[in-house]
Formats: sequence, C-alpha cells, structure tokens
Amino acid sequence: MIAFYFVALLMIASALTVILHRNPIYSALALVNTLFLIAVSFVLLDAELIAMLQVIVYAGAIVILFLFVIMLLNVEAEKHAFRLSRAGTAGLALALLLAVELGVLVVVWEPARVETPPAGFGSTELLAEHLFARSFLPFELTSVLLLVAVVGAVVMARRKA
Amino acid sequence: MELLIAFVKALVALLIILQVTVLLLWIERKGSALIQDRVGANRANIFGGLLPFNLGIVNTLMADPLKLFHKEDIVPKDADRFLHWLAPFAAVLPLFVTFAVVPFGDVLVIGDTVINLQAAELEVGLLFILGMVSLGVYGVIIGGWASNSRYAFLGGVRGSAQMISYEIGLGLALVSVVLTYGTLDLQAIARAQGELMWGVIPAWGVFYQPLALVLFFIAGMAESKRAPFDLPEAESELVAGFYTEYSGSKQSMFMMSDFIEIAIVAALVTTLFFGGWQVPYLYRDGFHLPGGLFLAVPSLLVTLLQVLAFLVKLFIFCWLQILVRWTFPRMRYDHLMMLGWKRLLPLGLANVAVSAVLVLALEGWTVA
Amino acid sequence: MGVSIEHYLILAALIFAIGCAGVLLRRNVIVILMSVELMLNAVNLTFVALARQQLSMDGQVIVFFVMTVAAAEVAVGLAIFLAIYSQRRTVNADDINLLRW
Repeated sequence: MIAFYFVALLMIASALTVILHRNPIYSALALVNTLFLIAVSFVLLDAELIAMLQVIVYAGAIVILFLFVIMLLNVEAEKHAFRLSRAGTAGLALALLLAVELGVLVVVWEPARVETPPAGFGSTELLAEHLFARSFLPFELTSVLLLVAVVGAVVMARRKA
Repeated sequence: MELLIAFVKALVALLIILQVTVLLLWIERKGSALIQDRVGANRANIFGGLLPFNLGIVNTLMADPLKLFHKEDIVPKDADRFLHWLAPFAAVLPLFVTFAVVPFGDVLVIGDTVINLQAAELEVGLLFILGMVSLGVYGVIIGGWASNSRYAFLGGVRGSAQMISYEIGLGLALVSVVLTYGTLDLQAIARAQGELMWGVIPAWGVFYQPLALVLFFIAGMAESKRAPFDLPEAESELVAGFYTEYSGSKQSMFMMSDFIEIAIVAALVTTLFFGGWQVPYLYRDGFHLPGGLFLAVPSLLVTLLQVLAFLVKLFIFCWLQILVRWTFPRMRYDHLMMLGWKRLLPLGLANVAVSAVLVLALEGWTVA
Repeated sequence: MGVSIEHYLILAALIFAIGCAGVLLRRNVIVILMSVELMLNAVNLTFVALARQQLSMDGQVIVFFVMTVAAAEVAVGLAIFLAIYSQRRTVNADDINLLRW
C-alpha cells in the first residue's frame, strides 16, 4: 500500500519533470526514473520478467540512445520549456480533459474481485509458453520489424545531404 | 526469524561485495607491480616494518580508502552541479545490489531450518544483474556530460557507445547459457552443474558452452571498461576520461564501480561456467568420488567448503581480469567497435542457433 | 497485493495524460519522442495491471510486443532527427516543415 503510493507520487513527479524541464538531458534522466518506477510497479503486479525486460530495454538501451543523440547534437537548454501558443493551450486543455475522462471511466468501472494469483503467475515459463506457442507468428514478425528498423536507422543516419 | 535470516543474508551479500572491492584495490596495486617488476604499495606498513614479515595489506586496505575520502572535493566552475554530484552514485549504487542474486553456497542447515545461501531468491536473477549493470552506464554518461570538460565529455560518449554495443554480445552469450540450463535463476543454474558427465567430469557450463564463456568474458571486460577496452578513460588521450573532473570520494566511487564490475563478471563466470559454489564430487552428505568411493563430510563443513570454493573461484577470475588489464595494450576505437559488432555479435548469434538446435535434438520437442 | 487495480489504472491514465500534454506542448522533437515513450509506458502499465486482474498472461505478452515496437520506433525516430539536424541545424518541431506546403 505505502509502496504503491510512494512509487506513484515519484512516478508522476518525474513524468512531469520529463515534459516541463528546459534541459533535454534532465528530461531524459527523468524519463529513466519514470520507466524504472514503472518497472517497480510491474514487480508489484507480479510481472517480474516484464519488469526486468523493461529495465534492460528502456533504461539500458532506449534512453541511452536519447542521451547519446542529445549529446551528439549538443542540444542546449531552451529558454522556456514551452510557450503557451493557441495550439499549445488547446493541447493542454485536451490533455487535462483526457486525464479527467480516463479517471472517471476508471472510477465508474466496476472490476471483478482481484484474486490472489495462482503459483507461477507471471513466471518466465508461463510467459514463454504464451509467447512461443500462442503468439508465435507475431513474435517472429517482430524480428522482421527490428531488422527493418535497424536498416532504416542506418540508412537515415548515414545519408549525406 | 525469517526476517532475521533475510537481513543477515543481505548483509553477507553486501559485505562480500565491499570486501572484494577493497581487496581488489590492493590486489591490483600489488599485481600490477608484480607484472611490471616493481615492489609497489609498500609504504603503508603496520608497526613501521619492525615485524619480520610485511603486514602492508592491512594498512593499505585502510590507508587507501582513508586517503581517497580525505581529499578535497573539487567541482569545476561551469559544471552542472546537481548532475556532477549525482553521477558517481548512479554509477555505483545499481551495482551494489547485483550480488543479492548470486548464490554463494548451497544450503546452510541449522537444526531444522534450511537456509538457501542466496540473498534474494529471484526467478529472473540473471536478467536482474543484466538490468542493474546496464543502469551503471548512466554514471559514465552523466559524469562525462556534467563535468563541462571536453575530455570528460568524449570519455562519456565513448563509454556509452561502447557499453551499449557490448551489451549485445554479453546478452547473446548469456542466452545460450540460459538455453542450456532452461532457467534464469542463478541458484538453479549452480545446482544443475553438480551433476556429472559420463560419471567423471563435473557438468560445468564451460564444458557445455566453451564459446559462450569466451564471448562473455570478452564482452564483460569491455563492459567494465578495463584495458584493453579502457577507451573511455584512456589516460594518454583523454586524461582520465569521464572522471577527469572528479576528485576525492566521488572519484573513488567511480573506481569502486570499476572494481565491483570486475567482481560481477568474475561472479557470473564462476556461477554460469565453473559451477558456482560446486566442489567437484562434493554433495550434501559428502564426497562421492568416481569409482564408488564415498567420504562422509558433516553438513556444516560441506557448506563451508562450498562458500570457500565460490570465493576462491571468484578471486581467480578477478585476478585473470587484472592480469589481462596489465598485459594487453589498448585497442583502437574502430577496432573496438569492429570486435563488438563484427566478431562477437555473429559468433554469439551462431552460438545461440547451434545451442538451440542441440537442446532441441537432445531433449525433443515439448511445445505445449 | 495491497491496493486495488483501479489505483494502477488511474496512475497509468495520469501518466498517459502527462505524456499527451508533453507531445502537444513541447517543440523540441527529442522531448516529444520522450513524451510518446511516456504514453506507451502508461499503456504498458495498464496492460500489466489488467493482466493481473484477469489472471491472464496475454497482457504481459502484449507488453513484450509494445517494447519491441517502442525500441524500433526510437531507433528510427532518432536517426531521422540526426538526418534533419545535419541539414537544418534544428530540433525544433516548428522549423521542420519538409512535408508542409
């Protein structure tokens, strides 16, 4: 209980830091923190394997890529994180509306009782079974996706004007 | 009671890592001196050298950390103060918890309680270590950036590129090991290595996955940024790389993270490829030698022997890394990237494919 | 378990809205991409929370796929930003108008 509120408050704070900080480096670091906290809440939800993958994939690779590009381009801190243009104001209002809507939906929604999970729920074996037996084709297709992404990234980054 | 046991186990795991780190500092100073034909680290001596034998190790162990923590902490003028302060912690803290999932013995039996000698019994232990090690990159990259120095910055960029490149080789080497044992729990992997091949050879990972061992060791050394892969801190090009602008206790934290990484690589090599705490032919009730010989050993002694075996193996592989560091010249950066992407990656992929086919052929299809 | 699933869902909704606001407000393309990551992760959290409530592993399997797609997306996205930066010297979304006429 306390663990959840602690994680939740920190997560919201660091998510806000991501979008409000002027310096992209700080944004990226706040993003790592947010993703790490999401991994922690995965552990609280009995999804250990997914939590570890989250840390390795996001913190270990994706955000490092962000930092690497920010440093490579030497992106300076902006004067203002954002200016409230007309589009921006509308966007902010929409985002607030979205938060309220989602919140209301969740509160109105009446879920079934949460039971204690059977032994082995969220285990590597069970996940592997679902992944390789039931979702075999999508799994293989992701490898094609990753290959295309790698080739695309190399082509984009190497092309000289 | 259970809480107490968990606490003591966590304490032991933390103490192992701290002691190994400090000992490695001394081993590296003395070891490098040995390799370079010097005496090395002989000033700090207890009782001023009045004893017939040298007790320098005791004093070096205390003097080195004391010296480092006493030094003035200098922050460069235009540095980002917060991130400059954060970086050493980001480098060292994730590494502290990694030893929690490394088993340092089988079980300790006291009366009726059976204690598993592993601080945290995590089903996904191997991934946990991998994740925490990958979090260690942030210390390097932030430290390099926040110092506001060209040398540190270059070191940070080099370090981050190197570490994410070699993580792939590291991961692929581990995948084939996981395929062999069918589990991510390090204790289960260590237990599986207690069996015998053809009744004689202990079934250690090194006999199943020799190529994975080589790949893992190379990638692990590159991951810990040590020579011949110490491009991020190459002193002849970048002063001290990403920690050029650090001093005193913060700099010592970066050094500590280096040594902990050595210890982690050694612990993983031990656990995955050399049987972890296994002593050949030693089981819970005693030695079962090939040929039907049996030698009963009390349970407590068995546990003690296993923990000892783990520590001895750990230090052998730490020493091996220090040996490599002081005897190989530094690589060129393009060669480093070539080794990672054009050698380790294809070899790792091939190893995974061959292991998968072999596992299937030996165990048959068992698709649910 | 401690808290009910709704708590996690509300948390995920908040993170999603924050990410959404980031995409709409910020003009730095790299930060926009980060905000997209926030949204993807909020959805991941929802999947895992509902998987826990339904006691079905399908939610966790989907998260696995979302992570793969996110990794691919970031790699390609950042490569595009690098290419744009080498031509235009900017990472501001307002100045990038290659497809606008």
